[in-house]
Amino acid sequence: MDYLLIQVLNGVQLGLLMFLLAAGLTLTFGIMDLVNLAHGSLYMMGAYFAWTLIGWTDSFVLGTLLALPACFLLGVIVEVTVARRLYARDHLEQVLATFGLILFFNELVRAVWGPDGKSIAVPAFLNRTVNILPGVPYPAYRFALIAVGLVVAVVLAWLVARTRLGMLIRAGASNRRMIAALGVNIELLFSLVFGLGAVFAGLAGLMAAPIASVKIGMGDDILIVAFVIIVIGGIGSIKGAFVAAMVVGQIDIVGRAFLPDFLKTFMGAASASAAAPAISQVLIYLVMAAVLVWRPTGLFGQRS
Amino acid sequence: MKSTLVGAAAVAAILAFGLPPALAQQGVKIGFVSTFSGPQAAIGEDMRRSVDLAVEHLGGKMAGKPIQIVYEDDQFKPDVGKQKSEKLVQQDKVDFVSGYIWSNVLLASLKTVVDEGDTILIGANAGPSQIAGELCNKNFFSTSWQNDQTPMAMGEYLNTKGVKNLYLMGPNYAAGKDMLAGVKRTYKGKIEGEDYTKWPDQLDFSAELAKIAQVKPEGIFIFYPGAHGVQFLKQYVQAGLSKTIPLYQVFSIDAITLPQQGELALGTLGAQEWVNDLPNEQNKRYVADFKKKYGVYPSYYGAQSYDAIMLIASAVEALKGDVKDKAKVRAEIAKANFKSLRGGFKFNTNHFPIQNFYIQETVKDADGKMTVKTIATAVTDGKDPYYQKCAMK
Repeated sequence: MDYLLIQVLNGVQLGLLMFLLAAGLTLTFGIMDLVNLAHGSLYMMGAYFAWTLIGWTDSFVLGTLLALPACFLLGVIVEVTVARRLYARDHLEQVLATFGLILFFNELVRAVWGPDGKSIAVPAFLNRTVNILPGVPYPAYRFALIAVGLVVAVVLAWLVARTRLGMLIRAGASNRRMIAALGVNIELLFSLVFGLGAVFAGLAGLMAAPIASVKIGMGDDILIVAFVIIVIGGIGSIKGAFVAAMVVGQIDIVGRAFLPDFLKTFMGAASASAAAPAISQVLIYLVMAAVLVWRPTGLFGQRS
Repeated sequence: MKSTLVGAAAVAAILAFGLPPALAQQGVKIGFVSTFSGPQAAIGEDMRRSVDLAVEHLGGKMAGKPIQIVYEDDQFKPDVGKQKSEKLVQQDKVDFVSGYIWSNVLLASLKTVVDEGDTILIGANAGPSQIAGELCNKNFFSTSWQNDQTPMAMGEYLNTKGVKNLYLMGPNYAAGKDMLAGVKRTYKGKIEGEDYTKWPDQLDFSAELAKIAQVKPEGIFIFYPGAHGVQFLKQYVQAGLSKTIPLYQVFSIDAITLPQQGELALGTLGAQEWVNDLPNEQNKRYVADFKKKYGVYPSYYGAQSYDAIMLIASAVEALKGDVKDKAKVRAEIAKANFKSLRGGFKFNTNHFPIQNFYIQETVKDADGKMTVKTIATAVTDGKDPYYQKCAMK
């Protein structure tokens, strides 16, 4: 039972990290109709900004807090200089241009921070375990990740559901032309949304940094999973991104924690331990395929 | 885009005019493929430093000919490694190729070098089982080990220590599979469980560590080289397991990872074929000069690379610098007539070394720096378990 609880928490923690990345992606895709492959680069830049700022301020909390406005600024700059020119173009050209951005950011990092990776240490006050139940220890840093992820998810839900900006975002997701026709400053809205997406991506990157490592191209692998999440959740839907991220987080953990034992019940131990990692790696894609057959626009998708 | 154009222009110029004869003919040209970018770049850097030191110790010459090393970055990717190997053999026309940290990169590049390029390859780290067995090749030699061997030594040690059961973890690629197979070959206790994790992108081991906490084995055996070893150790400590379940490792706690692992690694045991305190003259000189030049301890990656250069030098010297006849060069290399940092060194029929393996403990040296020291010899004159599958006898 304790074991199950820990694994569920691990899944939630992974899911929340994915959600932060997917939230920005689904907003830019849903509202601006922009396929932004460079979203993973913003994730990476968040981690590098945090590494530098933590070094300058000598404080984990201060450094990460300062990294967020830096990410926002970067997002706005990317929107104004590059993304804005792509909205009217078709998806293939967007893919090409944003792929170019990935190369640009990877080389930029190589030039500024050097080719070897950096590591951000877990801050001392979180570098221990907490007992989630008596006698069930859990790493405090991961617990903090879950807390921060949930807070951000709640803030985002409030922002989208209860504020004027959120209303515009939702309106933009359902009918972009109409809100432009109604006199909404669409350029400003787009810049804001892009900047917001960059903040969430950067936050995901810097929070993942102490668990993983800060390296060139760190966002490229995780971006694929983020795309799977927004496809499962329905493009443009924050709620969909949240639900899908949770599902994907749990699936990943189930694949790693329970699948080998499950396979051993009906096949040999050797072939089970060989098959389990392979199956767990494709499991989320199987789920995506199943969801698309069942609901072609995703779980909460609005547009066909 | 611009750099590609410039690069293309340079290639075109070389194709049109050929290499200047001075560059193309004189000197001994060695291509060295390793990882020089990304989070595993520290390993490549350690190898490069050791190669540079070997060249320095040789006075920059082999049999009076200047040594030219061409470093290539495999970016930790098999496809890139193969491309770079192809470039070294086809375009640079090197006399020898060496390096290769990763088994999957080496397997991808092998044919390009030893078959298509008919060039001698001295593997300085990776030792996939395939190349020790059915894929063994007259042009391939190793100055490291076959993947199974180091964990086999650890398995032997765990038997003598009386560890009754063990949980195994490693990455899901060629070397990870060999390593876990290796420990299972010799370890006589019970295997409580084993996990292969996605390579190279999985750096979060929370699910697996929770499983281990549940199973409560007497020990964990891991193979997580370089940056992955750093992450694993951190998360193992964060999960609170370091207090209850001891960690036994191969290639996961070493001179590369210790600067980042720090005191978390104190007291952990590992197996290795080379340790910085091995008592022979050439090793003392290598370690002392390395520390003087770079301010840090060298690792086995570096020691194996140093040996690779010295092995090449021994053959070139014996042939008085004439390396055109490949058969003669192979015969000289096979003699292994050089002073290895491991002390004695001889090749088995499959061109992998027959050698000792030691158990090392992580300690602090007199200056407070983290390092490893030898505490026992686990295997004497060990041969890998695949050599009989090799067609070369």
